[in-house]
Amino acid sequence: MKKRKLTIAVSGLNAIDSPGPGLAVARGLLESGKIEAKMIGLAYESMEPGIFMHDIFHKTYQIPYPSAGTDMLKKRLLEIHEKEKIDLIIPNFDAELFSYIKLERELLEKGIHTFVPESDSFEERQKWNLPEFGKKHRLKVPRSKELMVFSDFYPASVDFGFPLVVKGKYYDAIVAYNAEQAQSAFNRISAKWGLPIIVQEFIHGQEFNVTGLGDGNGNAISIVPMRKLYITDKGKAWSGISIGDENIIKLTKKFIKSTRWRGGFELELMKNEKGEFFILEINPRLPAWVYLAVGCGQNIPEALALMAMGEKVEPFKNYDVGKMFVRYSWDMIVNLEEFQKISTFGEL
Amino acid sequence: MKIKKDIAVSDSGFLFNPVTGESFSVNNIGAAIIGYLKQGLSPKEIPAALVKDFEVTETMAERDVQDFMNMLMHFQLMEP
Repeated sequence: MKKRKLTIAVSGLNAIDSPGPGLAVARGLLESGKIEAKMIGLAYESMEPGIFMHDIFHKTYQIPYPSAGTDMLKKRLLEIHEKEKIDLIIPNFDAELFSYIKLERELLEKGIHTFVPESDSFEERQKWNLPEFGKKHRLKVPRSKELMVFSDFYPASVDFGFPLVVKGKYYDAIVAYNAEQAQSAFNRISAKWGLPIIVQEFIHGQEFNVTGLGDGNGNAISIVPMRKLYITDKGKAWSGISIGDENIIKLTKKFIKSTRWRGGFELELMKNEKGEFFILEINPRLPAWVYLAVGCGQNIPEALALMAMGEKVEPFKNYDVGKMFVRYSWDMIVNLEEFQKISTFGEL
Repeated sequence: MKIKKDIAVSDSGFLFNPVTGESFSVNNIGAAIIGYLKQGLSPKEIPAALVKDFEVTETMAERDVQDFMNMLMHFQLMEP
C-alpha cells in the first residue's frame, strides 16, 4: 500500500521528568504503515529535548506561549507554514488547545488541518466544571469546588474532609492533609498557573488511566486502558501496563458517546473499594504514554492524523493486554551551535 | 469459589491479573495450588493433592492452603 505523504507539526517536545506527549505522538506517526510523515517540532523553550532529536524531527520551530494570544500564534504558524507547507498540526498541551480550537477554521483555509475537540466539549470538561459535567453526562466524578480566594477553602474542607486534592487549572495536583498544607498548595499552584484553584474530594482507591480517540459523532475509534506501575515524585507514569478491564472500556465508550468527543484524550480514573470508577480528570489531548497504545496495536496518532485529513477510519477492535512501557532518560550531546541557532533564530 | 478465569500464571509462578494490571510472584507450592484450582479442584480437596505431590503433612498443607486462599481473596483473584 502506498503511504500518504504528510507534513505534520506537533508540540510537546519536552521529554523531561514531566513529559509532553510530542515525542510519543511523533514516534507513532513515524512508525505508521499508512503515512509517510515528515515531522516538524513546535517548541516553547530552547532546551526541549525533541528539538535536538534530528532522527525524529526534520526541523523544529519555536512558537509563542499561549499567554501571548491567538493572533501571535497564528502569525507564527503561518510563517512556519510558508516554509514547510504543513498538512496537519497535533497540539499536545492542554493550555494551547483553546487557541487551536479558535483557529481551526482559519488554519484549515490555509490548508492546515487539525483534529481538536469541539469548543463546548472542551470547556465543559474543564476541571472547574467537572461536577456539572458529571451530572450532565451521568458520569461519576469526585465532588470539587472552584476557589478564587483561599478563604473559600474552609466550607469545602468541611464538606469533603481531609485529605483533599488541591489542583491547578491546567497542571499540578497536591494532596493536602490539613488546612495548612492546603494553603501552601493553594499559594504554590496559583503562583505558577494562576486562578482558579480547584479543591477536590480525595477518592481512596486504585488509579487507572485510559487513552483513546473519538470521531466527534459519538463513536470510539480507539480505547486503551493502562495502570501505572512506577510513578515519579511528580506523579507521572515512568512505567505502566495495558489492562483489559471491560468496565473501563464501557465507561470510556459512554464518555465518548455522551460528549461526542472529537480527537485524542486521556481519562484519569479512580476505582474505589466498591469497584466504582470516578473520573478525576479529562485531558483533552493524547497523553505522554500514548506510545504504549501504539505498541499494543492501536496507533492512535496515525488514526488521528488520517481522520484530521478527512479519511474514514474504522474503530480498532482489539489491543494487547499485558504490554508494558518502561520510560528511560538519555543524555544527548548537543553542539553549542545548535543551541545557539534555536535560541537566536527560533528554529533548528 | 474458583480462581478468576482470565488470571494468567506462568510455569515459574508469575501471576498476572489482566483486569487490574497487578502481577505477583508465587513459590512452587503457590503455583501448584493455583494449578489445582485451575484444574477445578475445590479448596477443600487441595491439601490432599499437596500431600501427594510434596513432602508435607496434611495439617501443614491445610494451614498453607487456607493462608494462600485468604491472600488470593484479598487480592481479588478469586470469584464465586
